[in-house]
Amino acid sequence: MKAYWQRNIKILLSLLAVWFFVSFGCGIIFADFLNQFKLGGFKLGFWFAQQGSIYVFVILIFVYVRLLNKLDKEFDVNE
Amino acid sequence: MDILTWTYILVGLSFALYIGIAIWSRAGSTKEFYIAGGGVSPLANGLATAADWMSAASFISMAGIIAFAGYDGSVYLMGWTGGYVLLALLLAPYLRKFGKFTVPDFVGDRYYSNKARVVAVICAIFISFTYVAGQMRGVGIVFSRYLEVDINTGVIIGMCIVFFYAVLGGMKGITYTQVAQYCVLIFAFMVPAIFVSMQLTGNPFPQLGLGGRVEDGAYLLDKLDGVLTDLGFNAYTQGKKSMIDMFAITMALMVGTAGLPHVIVRFFTVPRVKDARLSAGYALFFIAILYTTAPAVSAFGIYNAINSVAEKPLNNLPDWVENWRKTDLIKIDDKNQDGIVQYLADPEANELTIDKDIMVLANPEIADLPNWVVGLVAAGGMAAALSTAAGLLLVISTSVSRDLVKNFNPEISDKQELFIARVAAAVAVMVAGYFGVHPPGFVAQVVAFAFGLAAASFFPVIIMGIFSKRMNKEGAIAGMLTGLIFTIGYITYFKFGNSLLGLPIESLSEEHWWFGISPEGIGSLGMVLNAIVGVIVSSLTPAPPQAVQDLVEEIRIPRGAGAAQDH
Repeated sequence: MKAYWQRNIKILLSLLAVWFFVSFGCGIIFADFLNQFKLGGFKLGFWFAQQGSIYVFVILIFVYVRLLNKLDKEFDVNE
Repeated sequence: MDILTWTYILVGLSFALYIGIAIWSRAGSTKEFYIAGGGVSPLANGLATAADWMSAASFISMAGIIAFAGYDGSVYLMGWTGGYVLLALLLAPYLRKFGKFTVPDFVGDRYYSNKARVVAVICAIFISFTYVAGQMRGVGIVFSRYLEVDINTGVIIGMCIVFFYAVLGGMKGITYTQVAQYCVLIFAFMVPAIFVSMQLTGNPFPQLGLGGRVEDGAYLLDKLDGVLTDLGFNAYTQGKKSMIDMFAITMALMVGTAGLPHVIVRFFTVPRVKDARLSAGYALFFIAILYTTAPAVSAFGIYNAINSVAEKPLNNLPDWVENWRKTDLIKIDDKNQDGIVQYLADPEANELTIDKDIMVLANPEIADLPNWVVGLVAAGGMAAALSTAAGLLLVISTSVSRDLVKNFNPEISDKQELFIARVAAAVAVMVAGYFGVHPPGFVAQVVAFAFGLAAASFFPVIIMGIFSKRMNKEGAIAGMLTGLIFTIGYITYFKFGNSLLGLPIESLSEEHWWFGISPEGIGSLGMVLNAIVGVIVSSLTPAPPQAVQDLVEEIRIPRGAGAAQDH
């Protein structure tokens, strides 16, 4: 079960890294830098802060569900 | 048909629907009352969580706040959605496996301490009451604006409805009414947004329309930046908050969201651990529909408002402006007597004041939409406020009946416990109604409290309870108290220092904030302090008993969640 937990932690940390990068990274820290690029009518930093980060959040949870369901099966702890 | 008739019909129909569902799904046991029997499907739970989460503030006020704050408003968008990632990855599956009914249940069992349980109960009740007062007020505002009844009568009608289905149906009744309420509120939010987006940018998706072009071919956002800077405001896509404060507020809102007891408890209602994960995904998906549309509504709203009012002659303003001037939500004061409305950043010369709630409420009128759409928005605002209020009232009643009464009198029967839960819910409805009729003058400020406290008290203790076997009761209690006292102290000092402590206003201004962090964002620092103190204290005191370490081991494994719940 130790191996299961470690794999779980690894998945968590990588997904949380993405979570942090799109919101705090692209939406806040690098927003001014990214604002020099444009995505249609959006400045890129602004888009991440008001649209992009939210889309990524939704995708992240569904990726997590998939990965964990696979992991549960692999270690035979699924229901 | 006129607006008033449509509003009565649509609001009346939606209320009849909620009451019908409540009768159909009333609770017969404590398990049904607390967690809907634990058999809710992930999709239904996702819908219910979304309605539970999106309050009168999300529906009515958020788009308006962003309209006037521009980029700075992003803290709410990221903060109130990003918390679900934390919830899905770090909390929901494990708490579901734990398989009891409340957050204080977890804190009390994991930290084998009734002191910790009581601290958790007090936090849960305080956070929930803070929040519910605002919802009751929201119901009153919608009633008084659209149904032309007195605001207090509105609050009392709202109380009766919530009383009926929360007291009768408990979590089971609430869950299925929330599913219906989500449908009503999202439809009511999207219809006007889509129409306005079509009119302004020709794009039926508001999310894309926000980045689209207006009539003369220029991009909407570029145009907005230009107009606002000309008037002396900040550009719409640039903020004026400091980076560290943006960071701290976003973090506090995210962590606070994940620590709110009425949100966490929803994940106790699904049958299996994998359902808890999946339903967090559904919940965020349904929330994201509104949260990605709201910033578009904001930009459309402020653009329309400036275009149709600023620099226009006083005697030739559009009808919707005249209508809303009657409610005082739009105020015009022709200071320089030139007969033209000036909208400027300089408060001395500015002649136009627009209340933030207008952006959503007046949207259908601004866009010249049919009368039924206006009625629909009223029903939507009501759905948002009622669904959140019901979820919060349930947390309060459960905390009293289960965490306090049952825990200290384990011999009472299921029936007695259910009766106490219902009485507690009834009392909570009345207290909430009282706050709705006599709102404390600081409703806006206390929201900072609710999130700050959730972030600084629950979140770190629950996370460490799951991810560290070494964390013990001494560490948890010391951590929670540090986080709470620090956060309450900081917010009280800067928000109420003048009114309560008589401190001079100058000593409370922005440049005195610690590290430049505003009271809204201080919960994130409180959370860090909670964790640090918790880790240090627990490393100096004995490890938790073997049974508790086994419990931690147990909740990390998904299998057996269905069985775990039957004890």
